[in-house]
Amino acid sequence: MTKMFTSTMFKDETFRDDYTFANSPESIKRFPFPFWEDQYNYSVNIEPHVPGPKGSVYEFPIDIDEHYVSDMRDRAIVLKEDPLRVQALPHMMTAQWDTLELLMTSMAEAYPEHFTLNRNGDDWHWINRPLGIEDRFRFGDAATLPYEPMEYITRQCQGDFAILDHRDNNLWMDAGIATSQADWSLDFDIGMNFMEWHAPVPMAHDMGIFDRALKFLLAMQYGSPVRRLNWTMTINPRLDTSPENYHKWGKDRASVTPENVGDKVHLRVELQGLWRLPRSNAILFSIRAYLLKMRELVTMPDHARRFHRILSTLPPELAEYKGLTRYVDVTRDWLAQYDDGEPTPKGFLFK
Amino acid sequence: MSAAPSRQVEVAALERVANRVKRFEFVPCDGQPLPVFSAGAHVVVTMREGDRVFRNPYSLMGSPFSTDRYQISVLRAPESRGGSAFMHEKVKEGTKLEISQPVNLFPIVGTGRKHLLIAGGIGITPFLAMMEQLKATGSPFELHYGMRSAEEGAYFERLNSLPGVHIYREDRSERIPLAEILGNQPLGTHLYVCGPQGMIDWTLKTAAQEGWPEDNVHYEHFAAPPPGEPFLVKLAKSGREVKVGAHQSLLEALEQAGVDAPYLCRGGACGQCLTRVVSAEGALIHNDHVLTDEEMREGKLIATCVSRGTGCLTLDL
Repeated sequence: MTKMFTSTMFKDETFRDDYTFANSPESIKRFPFPFWEDQYNYSVNIEPHVPGPKGSVYEFPIDIDEHYVSDMRDRAIVLKEDPLRVQALPHMMTAQWDTLELLMTSMAEAYPEHFTLNRNGDDWHWINRPLGIEDRFRFGDAATLPYEPMEYITRQCQGDFAILDHRDNNLWMDAGIATSQADWSLDFDIGMNFMEWHAPVPMAHDMGIFDRALKFLLAMQYGSPVRRLNWTMTINPRLDTSPENYHKWGKDRASVTPENVGDKVHLRVELQGLWRLPRSNAILFSIRAYLLKMRELVTMPDHARRFHRILSTLPPELAEYKGLTRYVDVTRDWLAQYDDGEPTPKGFLFK
Repeated sequence: MSAAPSRQVEVAALERVANRVKRFEFVPCDGQPLPVFSAGAHVVVTMREGDRVFRNPYSLMGSPFSTDRYQISVLRAPESRGGSAFMHEKVKEGTKLEISQPVNLFPIVGTGRKHLLIAGGIGITPFLAMMEQLKATGSPFELHYGMRSAEEGAYFERLNSLPGVHIYREDRSERIPLAEILGNQPLGTHLYVCGPQGMIDWTLKTAAQEGWPEDNVHYEHFAAPPPGEPFLVKLAKSGREVKVGAHQSLLEALEQAGVDAPYLCRGGACGQCLTRVVSAEGALIHNDHVLTDEEMREGKLIATCVSRGTGCLTLDL
C-alpha cells in the first residue's frame, strides 16, 4: 500500500538536460508567491515559522512535496560532480547533529507514511521509504553513518542548508550544503560572517537592513523559528544555478524569446527558515527553492496581473543583482497580455 | 522576541548547597522531554505570589544533555526584590513554576583551542554545565573558582578534587593569580568570567593588560536591577501611567501592569529590552552594559530591565 502511494505521489522528472520538471495543478496552487502588493518593495518580511493551513508550504516545519525524489536525485548528481558543495568546519559537529535531529524529527512527525524515526536513547533507527533508505546509527557518533550527519540528512531533505555559528556577536557560515542555489557559492562563503556574505546585495546596506536583521537573528530563541520568502528568476527549471556551473546555465539567459517565455522563464522562490539549534547554539538556515513556469503562473489571473506589475516597478539595480536584466523586459511584455488593469486582492495570494 | 513558548515545571528536589544558596531540580509537568541546551544558557523563572510576578534569569547548571530535568542554583540576595527570597522561602518540593526556553548569551566559543573559566561565588553555575560540555567534546579547560570560604562556596566538595579545577578561599587569604594565569596561555584560548561586578571588571582589566584580544574575553553577570527612588512612567502609545516602586525594576512594573514588553537577559547585557524614551522630566539612571557612554548621555533609549528614572519618563510603548 505504502509503496503504491509513494510511487504515485512523487514525480519522476529532471532539472537538467531535457528539463522535464513541471508542477501539478495542486502544486501551482500552493506555490509560495511572495508578493503581497502590486509594486516592488524591498522588505525583510520575517515572520514566525508557525504551522500554516493544511496543504500549504507552511503546513509543516519542513515541506516535502511532489518533486522530492527527483530533487534528491539531482542533488546526488551535483555532489558526485563537485564534492565541495557540502562542507563543515571541524567545530560544527555538534551543530551537524542538531541539524540531523531537527530534520529527522520534523520529517517523521509530518510525514509518517514516508519517514519513521525510532529512538532508544542514542540508538536511532531511520527509515526513508521514498528513497529506500534504512539505517541504524548512534546519535553523536559520526562513524556510525555513511556520511557526516548534516550531509547524511540533507541528501534526504529538499532545500539547501547553511549552519551559522554564533560567536563574536556575529554569525559565521561554518557549515552547509548548496546544490540548488541561486548563484551563491558555499565553497566561496564558507567561514565568512553575516556582513561579509551579504556584501554584494545592493541598496539594502544603506537602508541598515542587514544591521537590523543580524541583531534580530542573534536574539533568536530556541523554540521560535522564523521564515521569510525571497525570490529571483531562473531560465529553465534548473535547481543548480551555482557560480561553479555558470558556464552551463549563464548563456541560457540569452535564449528567451517572446515565443518561449511561458516554458523557459521560471519564478524562483526561496522559502528561508531559521532555527536556533539547542546543543550548539548555532542557527540553521534553510533555503528551499520552489520553481514556477510563467505558463503555470498565468493559470492564476491575480498572480499574473501582480507579477506583471512587480516586474514593471523593479529597480534596474535589483534586476541586475538578481541576474534578470537579459530577459526581464521580454517577460514583462509577455505578461502584459494577462494584465487587464483590474485590481488584485490585498495581501498574499496563496494560503 | 520575548514570547517564546514557556514550560510548566515542578520542583522535584531542592537542597541547601552553601550558605544562602539552594539548588533546585525542575521536571516538566507534561512529561515531555525538556530541550537539550548549550552550556552557558539560562532560563527565566516566573514566580507568582498573589498578584505579584517575579521573573529572574538563572543559569542552567546540570548536564546540557539531560532532558528529564533542569537544575539551577539560587543565591538569596541580601536585599531581594522578591524573586530569590520567594525561591528560598516559598518554593518547596512539588511547587509548580513556569520557565522560559533556554537562552544562551554566554556560549562556549566552538573555535577556541582552550577554555579558561573564572568563577566568583554564585558565578560558578554556568561553568558547571560548561565543564560537562567541554568534557564531552574533549576540549581542554581550566576552572579557577574564587569563594569566601568552603561554607560559602557552592559545590566546593564536588569540585575540590576534580582535575583542572583550582579553588581559592578568601578566608585563607587565597587569591586567583590572574595576571600569572592570563600571561601563560596558548594562543587561541578563550576566557570566560562570571561573578560579582568587581571580579568581572578586574578580569577584563587584567586581560587587557596582558594583551588579550577583546574577542577572546567573555563575561556574564546576573546582577539584580539596583533599587532606587520610585518614579512614574507614561506610555505614549497607550496613554497609560505605570508606577515603578523603589525595589521594582521598570520592566517588572511594566509586566505587572500587563504590558508585553520585550526582554531576554533581564541583566542589562543583551539590549533586547531597549525602549525609546520620548521625554524625561528628571534624570535617567542607566545601569546596563549595552548603551555607549554617548548613547547614555543622549538619553533616547533605556534598558528597562535594569535602568531607572527619577520623576517621570514617557516611553514609546
